[in-house]
Amino acid sequence: MAKRFQPGIVSANDLLSGAVIYLAADGTWVSTMSKAEFITDAERADERLALAETQPEIAVGAYLAPADNSDAGPVPNHFRESFRAEGPSAPARKSWGYANA
Amino acid sequence: MLDAQNNPTRTYLDRRVEEFRAQVNRRIDGSLTEDEFRPLRLMNGLYLQLHAYMLRVAIPYGTLNADQLDVLAEISERWDRSYGHFTTRQNIQYNWPKLPDVPDMLARLADVNLHAIQTSGNTIRNVTADPLAGAHADELMDPRPVAELIRIWSTDHPEYQFLGRKFKIAVTGSPNDRAVTKAHDLAVRIVEKDGEIGYQILVGGGLGRTPVVGRVIREFLPQADLLPYLEAVLSVYNLAGRRDNKYKARIKITVNEMGLEEFSTRVDEAFARIRPEFSGADQDLLAELQTAFAAPELAPRDDAAYHAARAADPVFASWADVNLREHFAEGYAIAMISLKPHGGVPGDANAEQMRVVAELARKYGQNEVRVTQEQNLVLPHVAKADLPAVFGELKAHGLATANAGLASDIIACPGMDYCALATARSIPVAQQIAERMAENEIDVGEMAIKISGCINACGHHHIGDIGILGLDRAGVENYQITLGGDAGPDMKIGEKTGPGFAYDEVADAVERLVHAYLDLRHDGELFRDTISRTGPEPFKSALYDEEKANAA
Ligand code: SF4
Repeated sequence: MAKRFQPGIVSANDLLSGAVIYLAADGTWVSTMSKAEFITDAERADERLALAETQPEIAVGAYLAPADNSDAGPVPNHFRESFRAEGPSAPARKSWGYANA
Repeated sequence: MLDAQNNPTRTYLDRRVEEFRAQVNRRIDGSLTEDEFRPLRLMNGLYLQLHAYMLRVAIPYGTLNADQLDVLAEISERWDRSYGHFTTRQNIQYNWPKLPDVPDMLARLADVNLHAIQTSGNTIRNVTADPLAGAHADELMDPRPVAELIRIWSTDHPEYQFLGRKFKIAVTGSPNDRAVTKAHDLAVRIVEKDGEIGYQILVGGGLGRTPVVGRVIREFLPQADLLPYLEAVLSVYNLAGRRDNKYKARIKITVNEMGLEEFSTRVDEAFARIRPEFSGADQDLLAELQTAFAAPELAPRDDAAYHAARAADPVFASWADVNLREHFAEGYAIAMISLKPHGGVPGDANAEQMRVVAELARKYGQNEVRVTQEQNLVLPHVAKADLPAVFGELKAHGLATANAGLASDIIACPGMDYCALATARSIPVAQQIAERMAENEIDVGEMAIKISGCINACGHHHIGDIGILGLDRAGVENYQITLGGDAGPDMKIGEKTGPGFAYDEVADAVERLVHAYLDLRHDGELFRDTISRTGPEPFKSALYDEEKANAA
């Protein structure tokens, strides 16, 4: 049985850096979730995932991440996607602060 | 220890690096798909996590020399964010490498005989051992020659590159198990019987989704039978282990489904077949390794300076009380270097700290550093007379927290701050608890708090006095508490207490447990003694009834 469709965005990791990326409406990949295309139906989701599949030199592991829409664009509606969007939470960054951080 | 210049595996490592470099290039230019590339990168320890790649580098049996630690620091500066994370399986993880840089990182590692081979994938993983090997007074025999023999035998072994699932091996030579042997797929305990050294072999241990305490399959195996016996175990597992279901593919399930007796019978049959193939070359190698790992010559040293420093500086005295372990040599000590500053990220060390420890090892520590399953570092051979100087350096670099083995010496996996498999965060929970524990922990005494960010249990939560498992309950982080686990020689799996706690309730809950322990304990009782005497009820009541009372 197919899973019930949930609106969201297409996200993946960048092949070279591993960073979190999102698929925008114009078919480019962006690093900010709010600039991603908000997808509201299953058919469009399949199309966009198919597009991501054709770009293995950019995107790794593309999937449909559930999200809400807002005036400012898509926003996470689950904490996992919040962490993906924002990076490790502040307390976990304590070891950083040296070169390249 | 193998020295970097006369490195017999250097050619092999160079070949592997160049092979991987070519694979990375082919992935980037599009000739390999991700599905084709993933198993290749995993064979080289390269994961793709939440925000970045992660490179896991093996520290075989947790032993490093100063040059190796310097290179680990250098790699973090050149290609990562100037820190590394030490794990419960004696690995170091870099959290921010870029794919095109990874071959260079591996090449630099190869310069000092380190690598990331078999730190991932369904193969025999980094062989771990007692981190205090060759140093602790309670040891029967240094386990590292055996661990190295197993490592040489299992590295790139063609039969074991595609096992049904990962396979973890640990070795200890001490009756006070510091290598969590019963949580391993296979473990070797060096034992003595009638004056003869041999091995007790355990199988089928593991944590994760289905925690199982490893069981003895052979009470006493003669030394010369070790590798053929391991081959026999692996061959039975390789054939009988399930490949239809990832969650049932570990040897613990095979042993449980088949029964230990039947499994053991099949191993004996395989052993009879395999044993004649071993001509004794492995034993010659073992003898060489035993020479290579011979204990350092430790000149007798007067420890008056140590006692004078203790008397003069209470902070030093308290660090020494908590962080030193008994060395086999008079006038020497094992110094535990805590990577758990109160409020810090458990197991993280920055590049500067790694260099400081390397330099201390050179100057005062026979050039040796160890990495523990508790995610700390160790200087295994320090003259007591040098400890004040060592302590001063550690203190100047945030490495002198006096909490080894105490409540704030928390094991925590990377959790959802880094790990793609996580269901909740671990690091900030550990930080909150450590800060609460700081004040009172000397009084509380030995206490193991362990936190995992998902059911895979990399944070060993099942075997903590207090275990914490982070879950996703309907889109919210929720933390389940287990009590009464024990990571020692008689490993015990903790019991779940009841409903979980919200992210901002966990530290309070742990504090209530610790207070309950202080109220209930008899003189000299450890947490695990108290709870086995009282049963879990009073602790559950502290967790849940007090919460209700507070809410009312
Ligand atoms: S226990 Fe889970 S969250 Fe933690 S490191 Fe292991 S897989 Fe990741």
